[in-house]
Amino acid sequence: MSEYKLDPNENIDVAEILKDLGNYRPRRRGWTWREPAPGLRMGPFEYQDCTKPLADSVPLPPAHYFGDIDPQPSPVITTEISSGRFEDDIRRMRMAAHHGADHIMVIRTAGQSHFDGLIEGTPQGMGGVPVTRKQVRAQRKALDRIEDEVGRPINYHSYVSGVAGPDIAVMFAEEGVNGVHQDPQYNVIYRNINMVRSFVDACESKTLIAWAKQAQIDGAHNANATARDAWKVMPELMVQHAINSIFSAKVGVPKKNICLSTVPPSATPGPCIHQDLPYAVALRDLFHEYRMRAQMNTKYIESSTREATVTHVLNMVISKLTSADIQSTITPDEGRNVPWHIYNLEACDTAKQALVGMDGLMEMVELKKDGYLRDKARELKERAVLFMEEIVELGGYFAAVEAGMFVDSGMYPERNGDGIARKINGGIGAGTIVKRAEDYCAPVTAHYGCNNVAQYGASNPSDLIGGCTLEKPEKIVYIDELDEEDNCNVRMAEVKEFAQPGAKLIRPEMEWLADGTVMLTMFFPAEKGIAEAAAIECGRRMGLTDVEVISRETGHRAEGTRIEIKGKVPFSIEIDKLVIPKEPDVLSDEEIRKDIERRPMKIVCGTVGEDEHSVGLREIIDIKHGGIEKYGIEVHYLGTSVPPEKLVNAAIELNADAMLASTIISHDDIHYKNIGKINRIATEMGVRDKLIFVAGGTQVASAQARANGADEGFGRGSHGNHVATFLVKRRRELEANK
Amino acid sequence: MKREDDYQVRRAPLANLSDKELGERFWALAGQIVEPMLKMGYENTSPAIERSVLLRMGFSSIEAKQIVDGCIERNLLAHGAGNVVLRLARAQKLDIRDAGLALCEGRLWDEAAAAF
Repeated sequence: MSEYKLDPNENIDVAEILKDLGNYRPRRRGWTWREPAPGLRMGPFEYQDCTKPLADSVPLPPAHYFGDIDPQPSPVITTEISSGRFEDDIRRMRMAAHHGADHIMVIRTAGQSHFDGLIEGTPQGMGGVPVTRKQVRAQRKALDRIEDEVGRPINYHSYVSGVAGPDIAVMFAEEGVNGVHQDPQYNVIYRNINMVRSFVDACESKTLIAWAKQAQIDGAHNANATARDAWKVMPELMVQHAINSIFSAKVGVPKKNICLSTVPPSATPGPCIHQDLPYAVALRDLFHEYRMRAQMNTKYIESSTREATVTHVLNMVISKLTSADIQSTITPDEGRNVPWHIYNLEACDTAKQALVGMDGLMEMVELKKDGYLRDKARELKERAVLFMEEIVELGGYFAAVEAGMFVDSGMYPERNGDGIARKINGGIGAGTIVKRAEDYCAPVTAHYGCNNVAQYGASNPSDLIGGCTLEKPEKIVYIDELDEEDNCNVRMAEVKEFAQPGAKLIRPEMEWLADGTVMLTMFFPAEKGIAEAAAIECGRRMGLTDVEVISRETGHRAEGTRIEIKGKVPFSIEIDKLVIPKEPDVLSDEEIRKDIERRPMKIVCGTVGEDEHSVGLREIIDIKHGGIEKYGIEVHYLGTSVPPEKLVNAAIELNADAMLASTIISHDDIHYKNIGKINRIATEMGVRDKLIFVAGGTQVASAQARANGADEGFGRGSHGNHVATFLVKRRRELEANK
Repeated sequence: MKREDDYQVRRAPLANLSDKELGERFWALAGQIVEPMLKMGYENTSPAIERSVLLRMGFSSIEAKQIVDGCIERNLLAHGAGNVVLRLARAQKLDIRDAGLALCEGRLWDEAAAAF
């Protein structure tokens, strides 16, 4: 088996992952929850509900204020990654894992539900990827390496549905898939697959799910996304959850592995928490033995990523106030396109940020035990019970589906007559069910129902064949590719020059390697028709191809419109020819502070020459701007238009360690002339060797400042920590040279 | 069907149930609803289930489909496609995989049928 390991500073080598897949075996089976770490201390804080931290991760942007901590909340965090090209998704999975995802869900390509068998090879997908053994193996193999890197197991997940549910369930059990969607009601209602076939197949699939110790998620959230008024299906949602949950449990899936896919059904500008919280409470009351997979709302997402993000944060307030074992995320660009890399990462960060921000909340607040919340929850439960009573009266589940009881837009018992009705003998796969004969036998493990192995004098079915693939994975027949044209080798060859690590060329990308896609945000002082047309014209004149408006938001119907466009750049960039500025060398705040504590430092500073600019120097010195004062450096600010002599004299009088000269005006190189002058005066007065001399200003370049006699020069973009780092390091050098 | 919201009328028999009793009623109904489907699953099979059995016996997805299609054609699915391969292997003293591959090649079907 491949010994390939990830280098934390290098891109994952997808070609390496694809090698030798025929011999790959999954390292474990089953779902993994996060490891709770109550009372966890990280940086200056203590957390109540967080879990074991990661070994390597990308923390939230402000983390550097708190020692780069990256606390991980308690629910498993899901992200759905399925761009149509699984090979590109592998790179996104690594990034998502570093942003806190430990549940990677793969959406299937359009139409896979109706494919009667396993798809093999690696054809390109649409709206998802064709889920195949090779694709699953490659991604699981990549995730094995990624989980080693982040130091937390990653659950890999896809769908056991459609007319080939049991085929897929076997493949997933064999390949170490950790979580699955399985709910026969999804087949029936949304995929028009025959209902009898769907439930019979589901028994086999769920038996395999139980064997593989996978977490199972149901499909009830689809009712929420499909119904005309999503919040009115709340009673039905509970019924759908109940049917799949109890059915799964009776087949043999442990309740602790059965997860309800629950979405807060409403959204702003509705009073969504007022609507959704009683439902969340009712659900958790009834299903306390099961797990909650809290999904985010997709039904009411528009193209504004900001708006979607706020909705999703509100959804997580519900998760926090009730419970969530798995917090799923929806990318905020779901209302625009198939998700892009950046939005998967944003969604993971949104979940992490919101949940960590609400850490310990339930220590301080609790839900009321009476009043509207409990009354409403009770009402929803009663409506759900009444719904099921009617199913029984109608003659059972199949009759109720025939009668169109599901996904009706009325809040049960109200009915609007617009539900989705299916025929018991209709749909794909109708008439394919066969009654098992007396001598029916299936000589394999994890098989549901009648299995006459006694006729062969056996008790364990797979003994009849010397063990099946579940015990002897070497019996699995691995198919690499079936289609010579439509496969990942062909796709990867087309963009070979861009493949990392070691690429010579680079291009911006949103979903696929070298796709060239960029997004631009612009504002026009005009109504949206003009704004949209102007935005497209802008994109064209900027040289983009395939320009398309992806979002429009009104500033005012006449005053202005915010537009976002996407387009493709038609060029590639040669990496070798890029001029890459050196990253400034910065010590940690703590190290600087320690050095100043060890030996106090005093500096004098001012804007020199005939120069009244003060903002830049203030940024470097003031404590409120994060300037060098915060490290305990004693700062004597002389003001603006300070003559060079005055700066040197002040340094001598105050017995300072350093002089900081700010010089902004730059015509006729006056800034460098002033630097030279200060150096000369200090040298003439015999103090230059003892004093550190730093110059700064928007037009100051390090090399030229040094050429003119300063010890260092700091230009645009410099901060207090850069200057303080230099001061500390330079003083250490002077001390060492003494 | 169209119907006004008559929840207040319908709920009368539930009104006096405690929360616990209401929950028990909920789960009793759910259990009752799924019983017939569990029975159907117990007593029936499908092409997908039989393909899944053959996958577990060490056949590829393509081979599994060929064998199941052959079983459907010859009315043998009720015995189990895996069972067809098993009995053929025993009758012909073949390895399980070789027996299945023979069926994929369109051979030994009469012998397989004769085993039932």
